[in-house]
Amino acid sequence: MSKPVELTIDGKKVTAKEGETILEAARRNGLYIPALCYLEGVSSFGGCRVCVVELKGSPRVFASCVTPVTGGMEVVTDSEKLRRYRRWAVELLLAERPHVCSVCVANGSCELQQLATELGVDHLRVDREWTDYEVDLTHERFAYDPNRCILCTRCIRVCDEVEGVHTLDLMLRGKNSKVIFDLDENWGFSRSCTSCGKCSASCPVGALYVKGKPLSEVKKKDLVSFIMERRSEK
Amino acid sequence: MAKIRLATVWLSGCSGCHMSFLDQDEKILELAGKAELVYSPIADVKDFPENVDVTLVEGAVGNEEQLQLLKKIRRNSRILVALGDCAVNGNVTALRNSLRNGDEEVLKRAYVENASLNQGVPEQVPRLLKRVLALNEVVKVDVYVPGCPPNAELISQVLNELLEGRAPVLEGRFKYG
Repeated sequence: MSKPVELTIDGKKVTAKEGETILEAARRNGLYIPALCYLEGVSSFGGCRVCVVELKGSPRVFASCVTPVTGGMEVVTDSEKLRRYRRWAVELLLAERPHVCSVCVANGSCELQQLATELGVDHLRVDREWTDYEVDLTHERFAYDPNRCILCTRCIRVCDEVEGVHTLDLMLRGKNSKVIFDLDENWGFSRSCTSCGKCSASCPVGALYVKGKPLSEVKKKDLVSFIMERRSEK
Repeated sequence: MAKIRLATVWLSGCSGCHMSFLDQDEKILELAGKAELVYSPIADVKDFPENVDVTLVEGAVGNEEQLQLLKKIRRNSRILVALGDCAVNGNVTALRNSLRNGDEEVLKRAYVENASLNQGVPEQVPRLLKRVLALNEVVKVDVYVPGCPPNAELISQVLNELLEGRAPVLEGRFKYG
C-alpha cells in the first residue's frame, strides 16, 4: 500500500497516491485539465503540451501527465499563461498538417477540433503545411490518412502496451515524423497486425479509422482503460 | 442612431456562409433596421464602397482579382470579419495547396478532363494564385468566425456584439467544420 500524498490543485486540497501524476490526481478528484496525447491505460510521454500546469515556486510549466505528485505541491491548472501555451500547442498541431474538418471523417467527434473550440483557437498565426501523404487503404477494415495525424502516438502505445504486437511505430523526425506499420509497409500487408482495431479506437483525430463507419460509432477513448482495468482485476 | 454600413463579400467559397447569414430568419429583419447593406452578392453594387463599418468576408483568396479586392476591402473597412473556415484557414478551397502545381491541376481537371464540350482552360477568367491563401495571409483580420458554415445563431451573435461596439470572443462558441 503506497503512502497518500497531500497537495493542492487550484487551492483545493486533494489526496493522491504516491507515484501518481498530477493529471491522474486531478481527474480522480474531478478536476479538469485539458489533455490530448494522454490516454488512460497506457504510458504517457508529455508530447502535446496541452496538459501543462504551473507549480508554485517555479517559473516553468510542467506537463501534468508526466509530472508525479509530491507532498505540499501547489498546482495551478488555469491561468492566462497556461491558456497561451495551450493555444499555441493546438495551433501548431492544426498548422502542421492540412486539418480540414469539413471533409474529415472525425468531424464532430475529434478531440483536436473540440480543443480548438474550448481554447478559442479560432485562427492560425503561422503558415500551414499542406502535406500530401498517400492515404493507406490497403487494409480491408481500416484506413490511415497521415495528413490528419498529429503524432500523439496513442496508437503506437496502445499497439505495443495493450495488444502487445508493436506493429506501429514512428519514422523520421520532427514534423516529418510519420506513424508506420512494421518497416513502413502498407497496412494491409503488415504481418504483425492482428486487426484488433484498438489503434483506430484510440486515435483522437481522423487519421486512423474504420472504413465505412462514422467515427462517432467506432471511436472508443475509454476502451483501453477498460481493458487495462479488467486485466488488473484478474 | 445612424445605421452602420455593412458589407458582405463572397471570395473563393461555396456561398454556404452567405446561406447561413440569410438563415438568421427574423433576426435578419432586426439587422436590416440597424444596418445598411452597402455591398453584397445579394445587392446590386458593382464596386466595393468606401467607409464601410463592418465587412463579412466569405471564402479564401484563390485568384488575382480576389487578392486585389481583399486589399481594397481592408482599406475601406473599419472591421473585417473572416466568415467561415475558407476565410479563416483555407478549408476545402485550399486543398489544392497539397498538390504540386495545384493551380494548373484544378483548371485541367475542370475544363479539360471533365469537359465534354469545348475542352480547354479559359483565358478570360482571373488568373489563379499558385497557392490559396487564408484572409490573414494577405491582410489584418479583426474577427474570426470559423465554421463550415458558421451557424446562423453565431453569425447573429457576432454581428450584434459588433453593432454594440464589443469585440466578440469566440472561445467555446464556434466549431471548425
